[in-house]
Amino acid sequence: MAKGSARLEIKREKLRALSPLEEPQSAAELRVRQMRARDLLRGDLEGPALERHVAESVLTTTLDKTMRWGRANSIFPATFGLACCAIEMMAMVSPRYDVARFGAENLRASPRQADMLILSGRVAIKMAPVIRRLYDQMLEPKWVISMGACSSSGGMFANYAVVQGADKFMPVDIHVPGCPPRPEALLYGFNKLQRMILGDPDPGWRRRYNAIGTEEWARPATGTASTEEAEAYAVARELSVARHAELAGESG
Amino acid sequence: MSDLGRDVISRTDAQVIGTALVERTAAGQALAPEQELMTINMGPHHPATHGVLRLLVSLEGEVVRDLKPVVGYVHTGIEKSCEDKSYWKAIPFVERMDYLSYFFNMEAFVGCVERLLELEIPPRAKYLRVIHLELNRIHSHLVWLGTGALDLGAMSMFFYCFRDRDRILDLFELSTGQRMHTRYFQVGGVFEDIPVGFERQARAFCAEMPSRLDQYEAILNRNEIFLQRTRNVGVVPRQRLLDLGVTGPLLRAAGEPWDLRKVDPTLAYADFDFQIPVGTVGDGHDRYRVRVQEMRESVRIVEQALDGLPEGPWIADDRKVVLPPRDELSTSMEALIHHFKLVTEGFRVPPGEAYYPVEGPRGELGCFVVADGSAKPARVHFRDPSFVNLQALRDMSVGGYVADLIQNLAMLDPILGGIDR
Amino acid sequence: MPDAPGLELIAQDLDQTAAGSVRGTYHEHGQACLIVDPEQILAVLGWLRDTPGQEYRFLASLHGVDYLPAEPRFGVVYELLNMPRVERLRVRAALADPEADPSEPGRPRTRSGGGDQLPEIDSCVPVFPTAEFHEREVYDFFGIIFRGHHDLRRILMPEDYVGWPQRRDFPVGGEPVIFTHNERQVPRWFE
Repeated sequence: MAKGSARLEIKREKLRALSPLEEPQSAAELRVRQMRARDLLRGDLEGPALERHVAESVLTTTLDKTMRWGRANSIFPATFGLACCAIEMMAMVSPRYDVARFGAENLRASPRQADMLILSGRVAIKMAPVIRRLYDQMLEPKWVISMGACSSSGGMFANYAVVQGADKFMPVDIHVPGCPPRPEALLYGFNKLQRMILGDPDPGWRRRYNAIGTEEWARPATGTASTEEAEAYAVARELSVARHAELAGESG
Repeated sequence: MSDLGRDVISRTDAQVIGTALVERTAAGQALAPEQELMTINMGPHHPATHGVLRLLVSLEGEVVRDLKPVVGYVHTGIEKSCEDKSYWKAIPFVERMDYLSYFFNMEAFVGCVERLLELEIPPRAKYLRVIHLELNRIHSHLVWLGTGALDLGAMSMFFYCFRDRDRILDLFELSTGQRMHTRYFQVGGVFEDIPVGFERQARAFCAEMPSRLDQYEAILNRNEIFLQRTRNVGVVPRQRLLDLGVTGPLLRAAGEPWDLRKVDPTLAYADFDFQIPVGTVGDGHDRYRVRVQEMRESVRIVEQALDGLPEGPWIADDRKVVLPPRDELSTSMEALIHHFKLVTEGFRVPPGEAYYPVEGPRGELGCFVVADGSAKPARVHFRDPSFVNLQALRDMSVGGYVADLIQNLAMLDPILGGIDR
Repeated sequence: MPDAPGLELIAQDLDQTAAGSVRGTYHEHGQACLIVDPEQILAVLGWLRDTPGQEYRFLASLHGVDYLPAEPRFGVVYELLNMPRVERLRVRAALADPEADPSEPGRPRTRSGGGDQLPEIDSCVPVFPTAEFHEREVYDFFGIIFRGHHDLRRILMPEDYVGWPQRRDFPVGGEPVIFTHNERQVPRWFE
């Protein structure tokens, strides 16, 4: 493959997509830029030369995107461990799996200062109102990762004492399966949450299998999904309701 | 102080709000009005409670006058769920009780069922079980040390201990396929033999662990702050601990050399040469030293077990109880039928009751199983050490400061999954 | 563990001290068990703890068992341990269910929990202080009242829970798994 076989064509391109700024093409252009930067600092650059320089060297974006970027990369998780998954959550903070590289090493104990709640462990019926109160005490914007099978759906405990999914009493953004999920799985879920916050949610397998529009969202789409997706969902839901009514009418 | 409060209210016509009924501890209710006690709630969500433990603490200034623990915030109904499952399907349930010592939970349950069945397990299975149990003990103590030191402010210990803990979990992943909650112990032995690289990696771990423990002791043993916080704090007399039913490192730190691995050895513990660390005073410092020394002794046990690991089958032969090996399924009709019956219905256990205790990292972990002749247990009950040790918290903390309460909780090492089951 | 003849000796001595307390013994799987009358449980436990020669001073566990449909229905099991000799003895107090219909023994009750009549037994906290949490747990799960316990209330279930979960006639609970054929019957919270 390195040599380029008969069936493979290898094109080598420099990776330029990392920054929207143009790289200088030659040494002369670089020298021109340096002179312009020196003039800018001296206050001598004016007019169209100034505008061109600014356009080349300053990154502009919307305030919204900047805020989302800031939020996604500095999430403060709440130290909330319920059961076994809490140990793996602690392992996520530990040096090997290191959530600090994603900006979330600052775990806060107080819900007022935290903006992400990781429900790590089984939610007992005695604990459910406490968790709801903690969630209510958190300030917007806040997100919830339901870690593990027990908090996503009751897990293996289908009995009188465990709430069958934290969905039942609070909105959850990301469900991470596993019993307990490996710290890497939790980090993957965390990365998905970051992408959601950035406004670029990862539809995952739905994109690969052409299944966008088949999700069930607990809340109406509030900007975490694009309008086409929201419309597709509404259409799909109507069809499903109509079909079920038909079936009920047939059998009834 | 309350006189002043009343004057302020009468002078300024302020309203007294917040007179809701507050749950008080017994000491709080028995007091006269001039002895002002403040009852605070160290709620289920608190950075220092290990898990979801709720404490109602009556304080006079900073001194704890009374303490009432409220538990049940992670009650999962495991014991009731087990009555609905066949015996080997109940194993993943019981191992999630005390979620740091999952091998011990499995050993207690599986040992109890084996006692009911009068089933002998092969020697290799005994050694493999001991290896995994002692590695689990080191793992549990490392997590305790990391989180306990974190409670006392030594944050770097958390990272060091979890780094080593990950190495143990690598070993578990190598032999069982899963880091935690491995479902490795089955009735009759262990699920699978250890793979080829396990022994070498385990020996490498055992070779390195004592020096790591030396490093941890170097950080904490003569640290002035650590000593000030743990010395002579939380002392309960030995007889009171025995009355309260406390076992494990708490009892051994108070001077009682009671360890089920020595006095009532099951599995292969009688074959190994190890010592039981016993403290003298029974304060926080002794508990810390006892647990660190226990880690060293566990490393020794693992090394001896690896040295003496016998060859042979890793699970018993009794096809009525144990799944046949998979290669037999394609050739032997009886094996196929046994496999089918065991997976769909499970094996039947003759009626009876048994209680099987093991020495867990926190104390005596006992399992009580009532069998009624069917494939499902009629009652499974776990005597969890943390549940009983929690009763000692009151004795340890009353009369001390709130900061000492945090230290007592750290040294008590409660695991709420075991308390609440 | 005391072996079978030793167990019989204990039963005889105990019967002499507290007449009629021992209802039976059994010795299986190397473990000894005494079945006693619940009304005399304090005398039995006190005798086992204090008599020189017995001295079972450590209560390892106290738990309840529901033997439905066998009679008597409940058993409160005390796991005693003699530390110097490392001997364990199990004492089972066989409690009858006062709500059971005597004409139809063994019939499971149609309604569990909130019963008017709950089985009662004396609390052994004066004898073994460790029993405090254990007895609360047995009360929480079986509805067995321990007379003399200073703070008998639920420990693991919510304080206002109705029902005795670990009785055999209490359902395990949980929810059915949602498939497409039954998803309309199981409402989700957002619908």
